[in-house]
Amino acid sequence: MASTSLPKVVKLGWIGSLTGDQAVWGQCEFNTVKMLAEEVNASGGLLGAQIEVIGYDTRGDALEAVNAVRRLTSQDKAICIIGPNASGQAIPISSVLEEMKVPDIATVATNPKVTVVDGKVKPFNFRVCFIDPYQGAVAAGYAFDVLGFRRAAVLYDVADDYSQGLTEFFIQTFTEKGGQIVAKEAFKFGDTDFRPQLSKIKAANPDVIFMPYFFKEVALSANQARELGIRATLMGGDGWPSEVLLEMAADAVEGSYLVNHLDFDDPEVAEFKAAYEAKYGRKVELNGFLAHDAFAVFVDAVRRAGSFDPVAIRDAIETTSIKGITGTINIDPNTHNPEGKEAAIIKIEGGKYVFQQKYAP
Amino acid sequence: MEWFYVKGILIQSGINLTAVLGLSLLTGFTGLFSFGHAGFMAVGGYAAVFAGMRLGLPYPLALLFGGLVAGIVSLPIGRLTLNLKGDYFCIATLGFGEAIRLILDNVQTFGGARGWPGIPVTTDLFNVAVVAIIGTFVMVRLVNSRHGRNMIAVREEELAARTVGIDAFKYKMLSLFISAMYAGVAGGLQGYYLGFLQPKMFSITKSTEFTIMVIFGGIGSITGTVFGTLLLTALPEVLRAFAIWRLVVYGAAVIFIMISRPEGLMGGKELSLAALRRLFGPRPKREVPS
Repeated sequence: MASTSLPKVVKLGWIGSLTGDQAVWGQCEFNTVKMLAEEVNASGGLLGAQIEVIGYDTRGDALEAVNAVRRLTSQDKAICIIGPNASGQAIPISSVLEEMKVPDIATVATNPKVTVVDGKVKPFNFRVCFIDPYQGAVAAGYAFDVLGFRRAAVLYDVADDYSQGLTEFFIQTFTEKGGQIVAKEAFKFGDTDFRPQLSKIKAANPDVIFMPYFFKEVALSANQARELGIRATLMGGDGWPSEVLLEMAADAVEGSYLVNHLDFDDPEVAEFKAAYEAKYGRKVELNGFLAHDAFAVFVDAVRRAGSFDPVAIRDAIETTSIKGITGTINIDPNTHNPEGKEAAIIKIEGGKYVFQQKYAP
Repeated sequence: MEWFYVKGILIQSGINLTAVLGLSLLTGFTGLFSFGHAGFMAVGGYAAVFAGMRLGLPYPLALLFGGLVAGIVSLPIGRLTLNLKGDYFCIATLGFGEAIRLILDNVQTFGGARGWPGIPVTTDLFNVAVVAIIGTFVMVRLVNSRHGRNMIAVREEELAARTVGIDAFKYKMLSLFISAMYAGVAGGLQGYYLGFLQPKMFSITKSTEFTIMVIFGGIGSITGTVFGTLLLTALPEVLRAFAIWRLVVYGAAVIFIMISRPEGLMGGKELSLAALRRLFGPRPKREVPS
């Protein structure tokens, strides 16, 4: 489709949850992408063309995600798709992307199998976040090497793919380093009482409790842990960062550590945060930052390709090397992951998320 | 509308139709409500993919295997719960659906909650259409047979059915077995369509959707089931322009139709050539009492 006269309007697709239990993150991503497209359009557009963002709701459902991508790639003729944030939707859309030859840049889909299955890289799937094994290794490495913990307990959500992934890789790294997992307890999404599991964890007397799940459950379980008299340090992943956690459990999570994609107070993200808050009147969720970088990867790839041909854009994304607000994004053509992206270690101090250091295991 | 997109909706409709036909037999013709059919779909889906990828069975056999396993799983559940009266069966199926999902979340050999990726994408419009058409044909023959009439008798008045010598329990079991098989085949179709299986796909929401489709189409009508499923599968896609309000509009549309037509789209009536002839042709001399 490489034509000499470039079109006036190009369509950028977005998919994710606008409804359902992940809607908070989905809406933030969609808002971010729309806002950034407006900024690009206001300053002359992309290769002279205006970007039109078309976003579809998947309500967290794999079949819906496939339908949405089918619609974006055929009817809307989107040249690239941003999202989804969940691995469970990012994996099944691959076959559609490959059939229609349109690239997709996932935001927070951290399952390794989003981009690589059975050792083979999926040609049209990319992402801008680090993956579960990496995040699990960062948490375990930091707990063992920096904080000096030797006895760890894990509480995780057995019904959640993200939680299972992080648990597996945390345990793997922690035991490899010589640490001991003294308790591994599970709950399922929707539970509100964690006391039975926490009582067992308390009996095992760990130094640190790893809690790889989302902030709502983190708040409840952290409060209950403190009620039971557990004094161990709590640790979590990128499911933690939210203002809601601090509202619900500021005292209980005081002194806890978490692995994040970026430092929220980094001066480099201040501009984006301010613009978003001014436009939408609410704070940026974590997904917004990654959607920002996914959009940056897309814009950079189109400019370097000098074309709106989806395959040319795909080829350009493979050689991406840009500085995003969540870190340097060097896409590895063999994995389609941003390799060597450092994680940010955050400590909760005085009811605030306080950046400690960038850390790679 | 681009064909590629429409094709996706048609494939999804075919998959849903296969599952909903089975549920229609159970709910529409035998009078048993199930809120756990997604559970049977999950069992069938995982079994079919297991048969295809680990046992090396060809695709059609793998689908059948999935259906069979789902059917077999339904038997102990039926034996334990079908003697229960009233809503207890419904509650038992609800528990079953959730239990299956949580078991699969824990079975790491199938990927656990993180799912099973890398399934070869084999399901296309052609084989979905073949399965759905065979499924519909078999179901029409079944409900019009002696067995189908016995099931309807059980639905209408179990005690009366028993007094004329119908083994109510046997027919409930048969109905549950067949409907679980249909759900299982649908699960296999879906696994091989998405190339991915994850327990999360088979949540209670899915079961509820199927039940809504049966009731929306009309209790005790195969034609209604077919129309209801096609309409309700396409509706959320048609409503994409509403963005966040999409599911609200979807819900409102379903409520509106259920209020204006409580018996569902077809409500026990079938659309057949004979019925069309009756409707448009010359008036028959004698009405058949219904």
